[in-house]
Amino acid sequence: MTIKFIRDHGQHYRPRMACLAKVEAMVLEMQDSKSGVKSSEQKLNITSIPHVVTGQDILAWIANHMKVDAQEAQTIGTMLVAYGFIYPLQDHKKLILKPDVSLYRFQTPYFWPVQKWKADNTDYAIYLAKRNIRKKGTLDVYEQEYYKNLHKWLNHKWDFIVMQAKEQYRAGKERNKADRVVFDCQERAYWIVHRPPPRTHSAMDYGVDRLIDPNAEENKTFDYYRRIIIFTQQAIMRSKVKSTVSLGAILKHMTTYKDHDPFLAPCLPSNPWQTDDSSYWDLNMRNVEIPTKMRVERWSFSFFELLNDPRGRTDFKVFLKKEFSGENLAFWEAAEEMKWGTASSISEKAQTIFKTFLAPGAPRWINIDGRTMGLTVKGLEHPHRYVLDAAQTHIFMLMKKDTFYRYLKSPVYKDIQKKALSPAPHNFTPSQLEQNAQNRKPGINPIIIWQQEEEERAKAAAAAGPIDIKKLMASKLDRK
Amino acid sequence: MCDQTFVAITFGPCDSCSQNKPLMNIYLQNEPVNYCSLCVELMACQGLAKGETVSTLRAESENLKAKLEEERAKLHDVELHQVAEKVETLGQFVIKTRRTLKGHGNKVLCMDWCRDKRRMVSSSQVIMRSAAVCVLQEHAVTMPCTWVMACAYAPSGCVIACGGLDNKCSVYPLSLDKNENLAAKKKSVAMHTNYLSACSFTNSDMQLLTSSGDGTCALWDVESGQLLQSFHGHSADVLSLDLAPSETGNTFVSGGCDKKANVWDMRSGQNIQSFETHESDINSVKYYPSGDAFATGSDDATCRLYDLRADREVAIYSKESIIFGASSVDFSLSGRLLFAGYNDYNINVWDVLKGTRVAILFGHENRVSTVRVSPDGTAFCSGSWDNTLDFNPV
Repeated sequence: MTIKFIRDHGQHYRPRMACLAKVEAMVLEMQDSKSGVKSSEQKLNITSIPHVVTGQDILAWIANHMKVDAQEAQTIGTMLVAYGFIYPLQDHKKLILKPDVSLYRFQTPYFWPVQKWKADNTDYAIYLAKRNIRKKGTLDVYEQEYYKNLHKWLNHKWDFIVMQAKEQYRAGKERNKADRVVFDCQERAYWIVHRPPPRTHSAMDYGVDRLIDPNAEENKTFDYYRRIIIFTQQAIMRSKVKSTVSLGAILKHMTTYKDHDPFLAPCLPSNPWQTDDSSYWDLNMRNVEIPTKMRVERWSFSFFELLNDPRGRTDFKVFLKKEFSGENLAFWEAAEEMKWGTASSISEKAQTIFKTFLAPGAPRWINIDGRTMGLTVKGLEHPHRYVLDAAQTHIFMLMKKDTFYRYLKSPVYKDIQKKALSPAPHNFTPSQLEQNAQNRKPGINPIIIWQQEEEERAKAAAAAGPIDIKKLMASKLDRK
Repeated sequence: MCDQTFVAITFGPCDSCSQNKPLMNIYLQNEPVNYCSLCVELMACQGLAKGETVSTLRAESENLKAKLEEERAKLHDVELHQVAEKVETLGQFVIKTRRTLKGHGNKVLCMDWCRDKRRMVSSSQVIMRSAAVCVLQEHAVTMPCTWVMACAYAPSGCVIACGGLDNKCSVYPLSLDKNENLAAKKKSVAMHTNYLSACSFTNSDMQLLTSSGDGTCALWDVESGQLLQSFHGHSADVLSLDLAPSETGNTFVSGGCDKKANVWDMRSGQNIQSFETHESDINSVKYYPSGDAFATGSDDATCRLYDLRADREVAIYSKESIIFGASSVDFSLSGRLLFAGYNDYNINVWDVLKGTRVAILFGHENRVSTVRVSPDGTAFCSGSWDNTLDFNPV
C-alpha cells in the first residue's frame, strides 16, 4: 500500500449505500431457523463451530427465495460476501461465494457495514497489534506494510493502541475456546472486507468520497423555500402535454427506427463487430458517393436526421440549388457556427452574417418577418452568442415545414433513392471469419477526415464570397 | 420534435436591473417576467418581509408543490404499459462479448465513442485512445491525478477532454503521430472547486459542458477557458450529465446525489424542470434518442424513464433480485432497449416499453462503471473496475 498525499478537497463522506437495508433484511431472513438456510456444526481444526452453512445451500436458498436462476443467485451471493454479511471459513481472503460445499458463516450484526461509520485506522492498528501479541510473525506481508505505516501515522497514540490491544487480548483469553475462535473468525472477516488484501475485491471499495454528507439534512432557511417557490411557479406555468400524446410520440419513434436498430434488425451487409468485416462502415462513411437505402430512408424520418447526416445535407443542398433557395440553409449553418464557436469570433461572425444575409440588399438576403428581423438587427448592435436565435429558429421552422417536404417529393430525392445501394447480407464461413479477424484495420483517422473537410469548406467559402468585378475584368483583359 | 425552449427570451435587458444579460423566465405574482440570475438570487435572499416567516414560506412552497402535482395529474391520462400493449414483445436476446480491451492496469472509470463509430477514449489513471475494432492502442497519456472520472471525444475526432480529482477538465489535441507526447499540448479549460464527475462537448469542439462534485455544472469556451454559464440548483454532488439531441440543442439534463434530475436551459442557466422520485443518488442520466424523455440509473437499484413533455416519471425498471445500484445507462439506437450496468458486476438489458428485462450479461469480475452504445448503434461497450472494456454487439 502506498501513501499518496492527495490535497484535501473537503470530500470526506462515503456515498450512500441504499442496498444495505435490503441486504440486511435478506440476511436476517436467511438466518431464520425455520425458513432460512440449513446450518450445522462443523469441525474446524480442533474446535467445532456452530451455525455453518455451505455455499451451495446459500445459492439454492437465494435462487428459491428471489426466483432467479443459478447464475444470478451466484451474483447476489458473491455480493453478500463482498459486503461482509457472509464470510468464508476456508480460503478466507477470497471474497466470493463458491457454489460447492465450501463453508460460510453469517457475520454478526456488530460487524455489518454501515454507511455512516468508516472502519477506523485506530481500530485496525489495535487489531493488528493484538495479533502480533498473540503470536509474533502471523501478519501477512500486506498487513505488515499497513502496520508499519500505521505505526508512523498514529505514533502519538501508540501507547494507547498497545494498551488496548493487550486489554482485548486478555479479555479474549477469558472467553471459552469455541467463542474465542468464532469471534476471531468474525473479526478477521471484518478486516478482510474493510482492508482488503491485494487482488481481493471488497464492496467497501466504492471509489471517490462525496463532498456533501448524504446523511445531513439540507439547511432549510427562508431562501431555500423562496427558491423552491420561484422554481415551482414557473414549473406550473410551463406548458405540458397529455400523456397520450407524449407517450405516443415515444412509441412512434421506436416503431419508426425499429428496422434501423442493429440490436433489433440485422444490419446489412453484416455487423462489423460480429464478422470483423468493415463494409458496413465503409458503405456509410461521412461523404460516400452513393449512400445505402437504409440511410436514405432515415433522411425521410425527420428534418433533423437529414441535416445531421453530412451526406444528407449535401443532397439537400443540391435540391436547394435547383430551387435557388440555398440562402436559408446557408444562414442556418452560419448561425450554428456562431452559436457553437469560440467566444472571440462572435462579433466578427455576426458582422459577416449581417452583411451577407440580413442587411437590406444583401447578396443572400433571407426572407423573415419584420418583427424578427427588427429584433435581430437591434440585437446585432451588441452581438452575443444567441443573438440570431429567433431568426435561426424561424428559418429552421420554415425549412422543416415547407422545404423539407418538397424535397422528399422532389426528383432529387427520388433519384438518390433509386441509386441507393442495398447490400446483400454476408455469409461468411468460419475460415473466412478467421481471415477477417486477422485483417482488421482501424480505419481512416478522423483527424485526416477533418483536415479534408476543412479544406473543402475553405474552398466553398471562397467560391461563395462576393466576386470582385475589377479582378475578374482584369483577368479577362490579361487573357486578351 | 424540438423542445419548447426556443420560444423563451433568454437574452436581453433584465426587467429588474435593465442590464443586458442572459435571462431567466420566472413568474412574479403570476405575471411572467425576465430576470437575470443575479436579480433572481437577490430576490431569493432578501430579508423576510412583514408578516413572512420561515413557516409561511414553507407552507406556500408546499402549496405550490401540491398544485404542480395537480397540474401534472390532469394530463396523466394513460400509462406507458397501456401504450405498450399493442406492441409485440421482443424475442430472446443473445449478446456475446466480441472484443475485450485489457490495456488498462487500473479500474476503467469512463469511456466515450468517437463519431467515426470505431474509435474510443477510455480513462482510469491513464487515458487511452484506442481503435476499438482491432483493439489497437493508439495513444496513452498518463494523468497527474489518481482518478480520471470523466472523458469525452470531440465531435471532430481531433480532440479529447478529461478530468477528475484534479478539479479541472483538460483538453488534449490528438495527433497522427503515435509517438507524440500528448501531455505536452494539454490545455486546462474548466476549473471547479471539487472533483469533476462528467464532461461532454456540445455540438462543436469549442464548448465544453462539465459537472462537478461541488454541486454545479458549467459551460466553458475551450479556446479562452472562459466560463460562459454556470448552473446552480443541485444541493449535493452532481454525478452525471447528458446533452439533448434536439434540433435546437439548448438543454441538458444532470443527475446528482440529492436524488434529483434537473433539466437546464444552456443559454440562461435556468433550471426548467426537476424530477425527484428516486430514493437514492442518481449515478447516470441519458436522453432518449428523440430528446423527449430521459432515463436515469440510481443507487436505489432502479432505472427510471421520465417524460419531458408531460413532465413526469413514466416507468421504473426494477426487479426484486436486483439489489445493487445501477452505475450507468444508455439507450440503443431506436430507444427500445436500455442497457444498464450495475454494481453487482452485471449488465441488465431492459425493454423500455414493456418494462421487462430481456437479457442479463455476466462478463465482468468487478463493478461495471460505464456502458455506452456506439454512435451507429452496432455495439455497446462496457467498462469495469476489473480493468477491462468489453465490446458487445447482438
